[in-house]
Amino acid sequence: MSTPMSADNSLERAGLDQKTWDELREIAGRYPEARSGLLPMLHLVQSVEGRITPEGIEACAEVLGLSAAEVNGVATFYTMYKRKPVGDYHVGVCTNTLCAVMGGDLIFERLKEHLDVGNDETTADGKVTLEHIECNAACDYAPVMMVNWEFMDNQTPESAVQAVDDLRAGKEVHSTRGPRLCTWREAERVLAGFPDDRADEGPTAGPASLAGLKIAREKGWTAPAGAGQGESK
Amino acid sequence: MTDTLTPVLTDNWDAERAWTLAAYEERGGYAALDKAFAMAPDDVIAAVKESGLRGRGGAGFPTGMKWGFIPQDNPKPKYLVVNADESEPGTCKDIPLMMASPHTLVEGVIVSSYAIRANTAFIYVRGEVLHVIRRLQRAVQEAYLAGHLGKNIHGSGYDLDLIVHAGAGAYICGEETALLEGLEGRRGQPRLRPPFPAVAGLYASPTVINNVESIASVPSIITNGPAWFASMGTEKSQGYGIFSLSGHVINPGQYEAPLGITLRELIDLAGGMREGHELKFWTPGGSSTPLLTPEHLDVPLDFESVGAAGSMLGTRALQLFDETTCVVRAVLRWTEFYKHESCGKCTPCREGTWWLTQTMARLENGQGSEADLDLLLDQCDNILGRSFCALGDGATSPISSSIQHFRDEYLAHLTHGGCPFDPAASTAFAPVGAPA
Repeated sequence: MSTPMSADNSLERAGLDQKTWDELREIAGRYPEARSGLLPMLHLVQSVEGRITPEGIEACAEVLGLSAAEVNGVATFYTMYKRKPVGDYHVGVCTNTLCAVMGGDLIFERLKEHLDVGNDETTADGKVTLEHIECNAACDYAPVMMVNWEFMDNQTPESAVQAVDDLRAGKEVHSTRGPRLCTWREAERVLAGFPDDRADEGPTAGPASLAGLKIAREKGWTAPAGAGQGESK
Repeated sequence: MTDTLTPVLTDNWDAERAWTLAAYEERGGYAALDKAFAMAPDDVIAAVKESGLRGRGGAGFPTGMKWGFIPQDNPKPKYLVVNADESEPGTCKDIPLMMASPHTLVEGVIVSSYAIRANTAFIYVRGEVLHVIRRLQRAVQEAYLAGHLGKNIHGSGYDLDLIVHAGAGAYICGEETALLEGLEGRRGQPRLRPPFPAVAGLYASPTVINNVESIASVPSIITNGPAWFASMGTEKSQGYGIFSLSGHVINPGQYEAPLGITLRELIDLAGGMREGHELKFWTPGGSSTPLLTPEHLDVPLDFESVGAAGSMLGTRALQLFDETTCVVRAVLRWTEFYKHESCGKCTPCREGTWWLTQTMARLENGQGSEADLDLLLDQCDNILGRSFCALGDGATSPISSSIQHFRDEYLAHLTHGGCPFDPAASTAFAPVGAPA
């Protein structure tokens, strides 16, 4: 195992608090080789700083014994890492082909107009950052919108506008297939590997996920009986 | 005669709180562990080989054979890495699986790791699926507390640690060597092979990388036996798989069936195409698999038959488009995706996808000329087979197949002076029966 560098007077050099430094080291310590922690460490930086900051880059570099340039090279490769401050709610509209054809393009246009922002921009109140995103593996719920990487299935321009209005007004909004929406920073903390204990919210599966199973139940269709099953069909 | 649909992996998705350990164990979950631990690891590998299970992530490589490539005389640690970076456009099976029943995957990880003699395993899950990650984290935590993970699992003497690792947004990390780069904390760029990951993968150690659905299928094979698995499917494409229908069909969703079912049967199960419209083109397994048309409705959806029809089974991501959809617009959007996701490592893909996008955009806008179709095919020829990994190859699939099947529609853009389609007509919220 490689050894993360120990704490010293680096705290003053990069303006992160002690807890964050400790957690960055904790992440690196989860892996057989510390550098494997870099992606979750950068998620933690975003949860604390609201974006990837030079201080966050320096801290990751110091913990892992890398140069800031090496960490920068990684941070700029992945699209979830943001250089500009992200709002409380990151709203991603899928405009990959299937969702675009099913209405994603119109939803994205409508939100740009309604929020008066362009792609990858944040509303003046700092609440919503709008971005068009690539396929998010929910094509059977197209058109799909993601808020802080939670599924908002089967959207229309009207439902999307309603969701962002509610979020900006501070109302409670739920994922169509998951929990109450948290903030982007809270979401980034979960991605860093610090669970928020909300796994039990939301359903087991959405309706489209169950489409085939529902028919199988109605028709009495099953897989053949196997050695591990009691009775044969 | 096997039933038309055969729920195995999806069978508990309608159960109350199926994601919890209690619900999973109540249905016999984690029983495959003791059965596997009573076998020699090589016998577990042999059983998976005998079942005929082929990789469910798209390529279809025999899973047991992949495991057999791990050199057991290599003194370095062995690793299992689950590819949960589901990002191929149209593919949407692994995400609902991990959301509904993460323990199916965790159980598969334990049996598979035991077989290849790994004591550390990873689930590399794409970062953009927060609630799926919550459920995976919880499942792993529960499995540790119940003694399914950790030291001396079930008193077998076998130890395993499992780490859930969230990615950060990069389609290319679905490519197995790019995924390893990401897992090592680097830019996700594919590695030159050989050496293959089986010999020098994660931390230059012997590593198996398998798709979520492949690993999740393993407990059912151990529990029910390889002959049970092989009794489903076709001669060379055995077993069941999840078929994901999306687009202009009445009931899009997940349909788990033996390999070899046809799209005609699946559309029928899904209630048909939407009212007043008919199928125009479809992908059998994601955007990287060449487009097919209604003439291919009766092709058995197995590896061999779809290959013989000029495409690939891929991930069984069946994206269905009706006659309201402009094929040029659809293909342009996929091309822009490949351009965006090209990692930049090799020239044919990095530069080629830019050129493809420019040429495609010109055609969609009704500019350019018929000669641009030859130019596109020439550009494809300079990318296909000349790129570092399959991303470049995939970028050419929709273009060359759409020119093959829909050349006239490209030309119609030129005579029309732009796209002749109304984008509103193809949307899910268009009025029923709206004309194209």
